[in-house]
Amino acid sequence: MNQNLGRGTLLAAYVILAVAAVIALFPLSLMLISSVKKSTEIVANPLALPSALQWTNFVRAWTDAQLGRSLLNSAETTGFAVVLICSTCSLAAYALARGVGPGLRWVSAYFLGTTTLPIQLYLFPLYFGFAHLGLIDNVFALSLVYTAVFSPFAIFLLRTYFLAIPKELEEAAVIDGANRWQVFTRVLLPLVSPGILTVALISGLNIWNEFLISSTFLQSHDQQTAVVRFYTLGGQYSSDWGEIMAAAIIIVAPAVGFFLLMQRRFIQGMAAGSVKG
Amino acid sequence: MFLLPALIINAAIILIPGLLTLAMAFCEWDGASAPSFVGLDNFRTIFADPVFFSALFNNVKWTLIFLTIPIAMGLVAAALLLVAKRGRTFFQVVYFLPVIIATVVVARVWQGMIYNPESGIVGWLKIYGLNLADPLTQPPTALYAVASVDLWHWWGFLAVIFFAAFRQVDAAQIEAAVIDGASFFQLLRFVLVPAIRPTITLMMIMTIIWSFLAFDFVYVLTQGGPAYASEVLSTLSYRYAFYNYTMGPAAAVALVICFFGLIATFFYVRVQQKEER
Repeated sequence: MNQNLGRGTLLAAYVILAVAAVIALFPLSLMLISSVKKSTEIVANPLALPSALQWTNFVRAWTDAQLGRSLLNSAETTGFAVVLICSTCSLAAYALARGVGPGLRWVSAYFLGTTTLPIQLYLFPLYFGFAHLGLIDNVFALSLVYTAVFSPFAIFLLRTYFLAIPKELEEAAVIDGANRWQVFTRVLLPLVSPGILTVALISGLNIWNEFLISSTFLQSHDQQTAVVRFYTLGGQYSSDWGEIMAAAIIIVAPAVGFFLLMQRRFIQGMAAGSVKG
Repeated sequence: MFLLPALIINAAIILIPGLLTLAMAFCEWDGASAPSFVGLDNFRTIFADPVFFSALFNNVKWTLIFLTIPIAMGLVAAALLLVAKRGRTFFQVVYFLPVIIATVVVARVWQGMIYNPESGIVGWLKIYGLNLADPLTQPPTALYAVASVDLWHWWGFLAVIFFAAFRQVDAAQIEAAVIDGASFFQLLRFVLVPAIRPTITLMMIMTIIWSFLAFDFVYVLTQGGPAYASEVLSTLSYRYAFYNYTMGPAAAVALVICFFGLIATFFYVRVQQKEER
């Protein structure tokens, strides 16, 4: 079809795609260049390459902002939440894929409905409830909130994986004497493991990046997640942008690394779940 | 039984606090003392607040921007990817990269490296005699400056989704159109777009829902300012709750956001039913 659309069209296509790629990469390259520049150099010319690589920006970002501690908080929150999401949602997805009855349709409708709700609808009572129970600054409590927020996406994605498994496979296992729990853990879970990996990647990425919920529930300096700590780094104008961009790179690096390694799975999962990051 | 863990967590985090917010919209509460029933007073309060209507109007503007520009960009880029076979994966990865970067990081990169009149591109333009102010601090441009950042962050997602949908279109249909001498835009307008209409409709409905939920970029970049110029409903709700300690109006605004989400969901269900028939 390329011949018929003509060489001109093909050339124009590549030019436009390249321009779009430059637009996508330009702010990211500014971030990268600035992270190794002195702030005086940034102010002099944000586009110029650094005269010498200022690795001290990374050292200062790490020590001044105590990024190590906050990265650990992010990792703990993300880890707890991902484990909770994968375990509770694969169970629920299995129930929704195999069960029948009007009750389950209501459950599905309920989960779907919660995805359209603003966080502000449940954030305020939840905050005062958690404060009352002493759960503010509690990483595990925060991961419960994320579990609830990301469970509809996880359930609907995993449900399609369970639906793809032929019923005969389960029946054969039952005839061999397996009970329902054994069927689930030994036969079905290995088969849906690609789906579970996708759910873990997408929800993990979104939780790592999340701001509003984590800034509300983890407030003390020692408990903040990396993204919230990063937010507190920059004042409007008197900021050391070299240091801030270095911190940005440190926070973004794990997400970008995972994405580049498994980009196909990320893209498929995001497309299937329609999650807004 | 398998449903219970996910359902219990979801009900505790979303359903019960959500119902409390619903009740709170009709109460007066400062977060500490006992709440008292005030009927529709909270709605009178927010309807009497001029900021509420400017925030609502900003959400409408936001919706219109995101219904047109990123969807058009996504469709054109996706169709070009269909024409340009070489380098497809590269372009997809590049376009998707901004999507996976944390909103707070994206916001700071734009704030410091692009909009900032000292350290950013806006400041650098001064060398060439272009004296621009920080668009985030000017009431007429603040909302558009924030929307541009979200747009940059977001459009690649749509490009990748639409491209995945285009690849499902019958290749023979595309080739027939090309052999008949269709130009690129005729191909897009008369073959490709009609073929993936369900995907486009779904993305438009999700866009409407997400546009009324928009929070992070506004909160981090301008906090709704200057002089409420970029305030949207979700940041207004947050301001009522955590700055003014007035839970009633905060809950009332959250319900207004839900109302728009419900309308969009209603249309979504209608469209789905139509397609099934």
